[in-house]
Amino acid sequence: MASSSKTFFSEAGAMTRFAGVFFQQAFKPRYEFRAFIKQCYIIGYQSLPLVGITGFIMGLVLTMQLRPSMVDYGVEAQIPAVIGLAIIREIGPVITGLIFAGKIGSSIGAELGSMRVTEQIDAMEVSGTNPYKYLIVTRVAATTLMLPVLVILSDAISLYGAYLGVNIRAVTSPSLFITQVFDVLDYSDVLPAIFKTFFFGFAVGMIGSFKGYNSKKGTEGVGRSANSAVVLASLAIFVIDLIVVQITEIMGIN
Amino acid sequence: METSATYIPGESPVISINGLSKAFGTHVVLDDFSLQLERGQTKVVLGRSGSGKSVLIKCIIGLLPPDAGEIIVLGNDIIHLGHDELDEVRVKIGFLFQSNALYDSMTIRENLEFPMRRHTVGISDKEAESRIIEVLTDVGLEHTIDMMPSELSGGMQKRIALARTLILRPEIILYDEPTTGLDPVTGREITSLIKSIQRQYNTSAIIISHDMKCVKAAADSVAILINGKCYTENTYQALKQSDDPQVKQFFE
Ligand SMILES: Nc1ncnc2c1ncn2[C@@H]1O[C@H](COP(=O)(O)OP(=O)(O)O)[C@@H](O)[C@H]1O
Ligand SMILES: [Mg+2]
Repeated sequence: MASSSKTFFSEAGAMTRFAGVFFQQAFKPRYEFRAFIKQCYIIGYQSLPLVGITGFIMGLVLTMQLRPSMVDYGVEAQIPAVIGLAIIREIGPVITGLIFAGKIGSSIGAELGSMRVTEQIDAMEVSGTNPYKYLIVTRVAATTLMLPVLVILSDAISLYGAYLGVNIRAVTSPSLFITQVFDVLDYSDVLPAIFKTFFFGFAVGMIGSFKGYNSKKGTEGVGRSANSAVVLASLAIFVIDLIVVQITEIMGIN
Repeated sequence: METSATYIPGESPVISINGLSKAFGTHVVLDDFSLQLERGQTKVVLGRSGSGKSVLIKCIIGLLPPDAGEIIVLGNDIIHLGHDELDEVRVKIGFLFQSNALYDSMTIRENLEFPMRRHTVGISDKEAESRIIEVLTDVGLEHTIDMMPSELSGGMQKRIALARTLILRPEIILYDEPTTGLDPVTGREITSLIKSIQRQYNTSAIIISHDMKCVKAAADSVAILINGKCYTENTYQALKQSDDPQVKQFFE
């Protein structure tokens, strides 16, 4: 028990130092611009189908599930407003974040892990490339910037799913639906929700990189890195969500 | 680049290791190890597996920080160099990893471009391409230029890894078990390739090996690493005739 809490704290310390290096390295030349663009493509663009499908299903199913109760209470007309708020403030960022942690956290963990155990990271270092800058700064920057974009797209697709969900039983015009959603939305709903996704993205990239970069020898080590990257990144998303909600609450943005 | 006053190119050893010690926790791997490599010399370090041979050459290139001792490469104190100066020295050292360490997400061309793009600032695309062709020709694999590493056999990957160390025209090459894991025929091919490259590029080299055919063919001198120390050092022929059981075990 004592030793496991000791490893927890020493691991947390190691990860904090590891993340600290990011801020030292990210803003001084040389910039690995090409590698960064490539990571944006892999991390952002190639996640689109998955994020799109889950977003669509989420919006549709949520609407269908909510509908009966709303009808019972006689507030059927409020469905777009309620769904819109739920998706944009909480469900969109968190579900997309979790999907992202599963797809990207594990692939970064596995990729860097296998580069570590096959000595590719050492090979970069001896050929005069700073592997932290080339591999990690580029990936973490890409996850931090791409996840917010993915969340915005996912929100939009979810709303489309919700629109179709509403139209299964009743007929609403798209413009009426949009008006109903945006009438209740305020900047204070949208901005904190988008703001926290930068932290989600940073956490997913950083945790995946940390686990992979410090992978233990052997294929087993790589598997463990990928797995613990997903578990930890998913947990981090909930914890960050909790913290950001508390902070915005205290600041009176809610 | 800093060059210490005592270093005379052509006369001083290119690598000079004195009293090197390295432990992982309580596990002592290197203990007061010393070795000199003269210019143009090919020295083999023999040692049982797990005896710390890879740790030794990783210390030489600055991948692992030693606990004590001194490593002078081309007049530079490797242990106390700053990051940028260390990179300057590393350009002059080729390192052939035991696992080849080819970048598996890149084509062969990109693998070879990678060290060049970073070091030879201002090199034109045309010159880069001609260097790539040149080293690929040296290792006899021009046709693989657009292939991925995973499409190549173990021996071919070893050749590409060798080509990648050659592309910066290093003065020193460190080979980590270049023939281990290859079949005997391929092993012989790699050995003779190493010999011809040593001659053609006029490099100094440390080869880590326990493949006695490779040792016999390539070594000017053989050092034996036992219990973290340089147990003895001599020519292949002299060691082969030794009566010392510690030495004999490698020649059986
Ligand atoms: N990064 C490391 N952390 C802990 N122990 C290590 C590390 N690298 C090597 N060792 C240990 O040092 C010893 C020598 O390893 P190595 O130099 O790879 O042996 P070899 O002579 O077969 O190349 C081994 O017992 C290995 O477990
Ligand atoms: Mg080894």
